[in-house]
Amino acid sequence: MSYEEKGTWVYLVASAGAYAIYLAIVLGRVLGTPVAEVPYVSLLLWTTGASIVASIAGRILIQTARPSDSRRSDVRDKEISRFGEHASRWFVVAGAGAALFMAMARWDYFWIANVLYLGFVLWAVAGSVLKLVAYRRGL
Amino acid sequence: MSKPTKITNSIRALRFTQGEMTQAQLAQRIGVTRQTIIAIEQGRYSPSLEMAFQIAQVFRVALDEVFQYPDGEAGPR
Repeated sequence: MSYEEKGTWVYLVASAGAYAIYLAIVLGRVLGTPVAEVPYVSLLLWTTGASIVASIAGRILIQTARPSDSRRSDVRDKEISRFGEHASRWFVVAGAGAALFMAMARWDYFWIANVLYLGFVLWAVAGSVLKLVAYRRGL
Repeated sequence: MSKPTKITNSIRALRFTQGEMTQAQLAQRIGVTRQTIIAIEQGRYSPSLEMAFQIAQVFRVALDEVFQYPDGEAGPR
């Protein structure tokens, strides 16, 4: 497995894991509290930061445990990366579009922030899955 | 699992006729990772025309001795 493929696995686990933790905590807070009063901002920022730190730390750990031949990405890695990000970009577009309509309809900030966060997470997860499929089955 | 390309290649055979060149050595010669050479050999990745020429140049053979395309597959679309 190449350095970039291992990195994609780490990014997938970190992104999905951080969002699962965020969702579990926020859903716990939403029960019995009006949505407008649910504290989510610091939790959203912390889980986002934690997923970035986990991605970096995970990559270092995996590279230490199972070193790759090279840390350099080549033309195939770049093509796969472009493919994954291009094919999954619709999640970001959908999230931004939904947030736009929610803002125009004066929805609470909680929903707008969360639909944007969900769009970014789906983009990261779908992009990573597509890249891993491309690594295994080919472009 | 279906292969994403109809192009076949003789890289594995050529490596062995060239002093049992390893995938890592070939990868180093053309500036890619060993995983890319594995993907090309297994038909999971079609290299660019430039990379195809580089591979042929490493083995000092013509391009069509490295890569083959089935007859009758190319036609008007």
